[in-house]
Amino acid sequence: MGVLKSYRLRLRRKQFLARALLRRRELRAVANRMAKVRPDPVLLFSCMRNEMVRLPYFLQYYRDLGVDHFLIVDNDSDDGTREYLARQPDVSLWTSKSSYKRARFGMDWLTHLLRRYGHGNWCLTVDVDEFFIYPFCETRPLRALTDWLDSSQIRAFAAMLLDMYPKGPIQDQPYREGQNPFDIAQWFDSGNYSISRNWGFGNLWVQGGPRTRTFFPEEPKKSPALNKIPLVKWDKSYAYVSSTHMLLPRGLNLVFDEWGGEKASGCLLHAKFLNTFAVKAEEEMARGEHYANSHEYRAYQEGLKDQPDLWCKWSEKYINWRQLEILGLMSKGNWA
Amino acid sequence: MTLGFVMLCHTALDRAAQVARNWASSDCPVVIHVDKRTPTTQAEKLRADLADLENVRFSTRHACEWGTWGIVAATQAAASLMLAEFPQVRHVFLASGSCLPLRPVAELRGYLDERPRTDFIESVTTSDVGWTIGGLNAERFTLRFPFSWRKHRWLFDTYVELQRLLRVNRPKPSGIVPHLGSQWWCLTRQTLSAILDGPDREEYDRYFRRVWIPDESYFQTLVRQVSTNVESRSLTLSKFDFQGKPHIFYDDHLQLLKRSDCFVARKMWPQANKLYDTFLSPDAGAKPQAEPNPGKIDRLFAKAVERRTTGRAGLYMQSRFPNKEWEQGRTAAPYSIFEGFADVFEGFDTWLSKVSGTRVHGHLFAADRVQYAGGATIYNGAMSDSAALRDYNPRSFLTNLIWNTRGERQCLQFGPADNQKIAKFVAADPNAQIQVISGAFAIPLFQSNQNFSEIRAEAARLQRIESEFLTVLRAPNVKARVRIWTLAEFIESPMEPLQSIVDEISPRALRRLTEVPRMVALFGFGQFLQNLRNQGMQPVLMGDFPAGPDMPSASGRRARLYLVK
Repeated sequence: MGVLKSYRLRLRRKQFLARALLRRRELRAVANRMAKVRPDPVLLFSCMRNEMVRLPYFLQYYRDLGVDHFLIVDNDSDDGTREYLARQPDVSLWTSKSSYKRARFGMDWLTHLLRRYGHGNWCLTVDVDEFFIYPFCETRPLRALTDWLDSSQIRAFAAMLLDMYPKGPIQDQPYREGQNPFDIAQWFDSGNYSISRNWGFGNLWVQGGPRTRTFFPEEPKKSPALNKIPLVKWDKSYAYVSSTHMLLPRGLNLVFDEWGGEKASGCLLHAKFLNTFAVKAEEEMARGEHYANSHEYRAYQEGLKDQPDLWCKWSEKYINWRQLEILGLMSKGNWA
Repeated sequence: MTLGFVMLCHTALDRAAQVARNWASSDCPVVIHVDKRTPTTQAEKLRADLADLENVRFSTRHACEWGTWGIVAATQAAASLMLAEFPQVRHVFLASGSCLPLRPVAELRGYLDERPRTDFIESVTTSDVGWTIGGLNAERFTLRFPFSWRKHRWLFDTYVELQRLLRVNRPKPSGIVPHLGSQWWCLTRQTLSAILDGPDREEYDRYFRRVWIPDESYFQTLVRQVSTNVESRSLTLSKFDFQGKPHIFYDDHLQLLKRSDCFVARKMWPQANKLYDTFLSPDAGAKPQAEPNPGKIDRLFAKAVERRTTGRAGLYMQSRFPNKEWEQGRTAAPYSIFEGFADVFEGFDTWLSKVSGTRVHGHLFAADRVQYAGGATIYNGAMSDSAALRDYNPRSFLTNLIWNTRGERQCLQFGPADNQKIAKFVAADPNAQIQVISGAFAIPLFQSNQNFSEIRAEAARLQRIESEFLTVLRAPNVKARVRIWTLAEFIESPMEPLQSIVDEISPRALRRLTEVPRMVALFGFGQFLQNLRNQGMQPVLMGDFPAGPDMPSASGRRARLYLVK
């Protein structure tokens, strides 16, 4: 890596931070409860719009995991999301009416919050349909993981996005508020992920899964990236580059071992493919507020017309993290 | 006679207080050292928490930075205080604030009463140690380490390099032989006082002050000077990972810890409530006396270290993506690649899967789609049959397939008409068994009903591709098991190669092939090759076929061959 290149990346990072600084004015605090948060908290950052149906389970899931406080940006919801969040004692809420797309898909807002409140803390940045799974998650709280990462001097923890889907057309089993989405979307693809190295940022590109094989079988390049680094011991000089796929400085992206060993990693179970998805795809297409002209949603909408079944006879039914570990989707590394 | 505990604490003092109370109330004096870097308010709170116990003392506070002399100084101070204040103590047990007794202290006391003169301290000569990190085994004792490893890594490393360059070799105090071992020991009053009050202590201290990680060598070395009865093992169960930091125990280790029968273990996660509640409850124990047996825990942690350093062969995932040549197994299991066989034999895949009991695919790298066994459109692991998806990352495709089907050998057909991008990868994979009948690609052309000029062009193209593949297979760095025959060679005696391939694929079958697949009719093939030659192409990979209409001798026996044992 040449001096010039690393200088360019540095400029890029500064640019992200400057954008976040500018766009902080688009945020209006609805409920800021940060003063009451315990010292050394584990924080969760998220940006959402009209997710009322998903919220109760989402908050419960992460509370049980041991998240101390939620910092949420509401992007102009009109289904009660904002009011519901404002009532929660462990949520600090900001709202913005501005363009999600122009705020780098919400990342500018989150970068600002991360910088302002995340510095020196473990920060989990997830979407409302992403559920974090890590080794021993059913017996050890999130803080056990962050303590271990601290003692191992690890700053960032990888968790690949694992698309979960139901058996049969997604409209067939409606999702109810408060329900565990994985009671419906129980299935996943266990072994069709393609991985390559992105030398520019030092991260891995992971693609594949049901989305690739059903919506992008002829244009694999366009299929969405699944590599994510959602858990980071934040520093105010850090910035996410594209969603939570990669970070700057690029050293944070080295969440994989290059010499044959396995580093510890988790998964983000992705509860996207529920009956709520079709509505969302239509809405997002109309707003045009998503990545790359919402080509992803366009492909989904095309694919969804004929009521597709993502399930196939090789689909794997989700049991627990140990199953994901055995299948090689995540690893305990040297955490025992 | 009793047993005293010296505790070195720096964080989670409430847990340390809990453990200290447990020991002190079982009539074992406790001397606590609190790291100087711990906030005074916390230290004061600890003192207040334990104020009601009269056999608890607090020793002078030293700053205990990892790898430095401070820890030894703290231990010395606390141990001296213990010996001075509690004359009834016979064994002194060095523990940390994150230690937890797994068996009632009475059992430990009984164990020591049976061994009143024994010093339990792991003490191994430097040449026999395998666990240290960073290659500083003998050099710990011959170089100086004035800089902090944690805070000034660069200075630390540079100074070490400089001393190596200058061949620094510190003189050792006379008579000492450096030993290393776990920091956590249990020594008798006689041994400990001989070390602490020895006439040469000042000289030793001066020396060890500049030794790297002296807490693992000071007592371990000096005990050899004064003790007559060293049992070289630690009574504290403590495991280290590959970075040299201790493994941590959580609630889910409860059963494992219970069954280990060790007296004391570290390091506990401070919030492991179940562990603390279980092991500190008054009715803990009540089990038959047993020797400590940490075997299971050893295995668990050894596996964890192995996973971190070696990983699972053939697995490529978000947190394991080895550099080239560092894969430690490019693929997860052995597999076979057949080039030309499907052209020479009819129904080769069916026959092979029958005789070898393996999964036999068609051309997995075919241009139009992935030809999985049985014409499946989706395969193990939900792999797609889209050629575009496969060609997007052929390497992931192959490694995924082999990983997904662990336990079942995969065989696949390959040919010059297929995507060749995978060639170099498989050639350098020791798991690959590659067999090629070169020139067999001409058979389908021979049978086809195309214009001869098209056939000629296609034959030339395929021959070029296959020669490139053969060049790859013949390169010096090839690690695959490779066998190459020309078509002419092969059809002359097909049985021998087939037998040896099948033997290799399923060595347990160990039987003679009784049935071989039907070979395609090659009548006129020699003439076909001659026609190609006449048109200006040079078919070389097929071997020597006579130009006439006759077939090579052995294949004169057409159709199905039945062999007699």
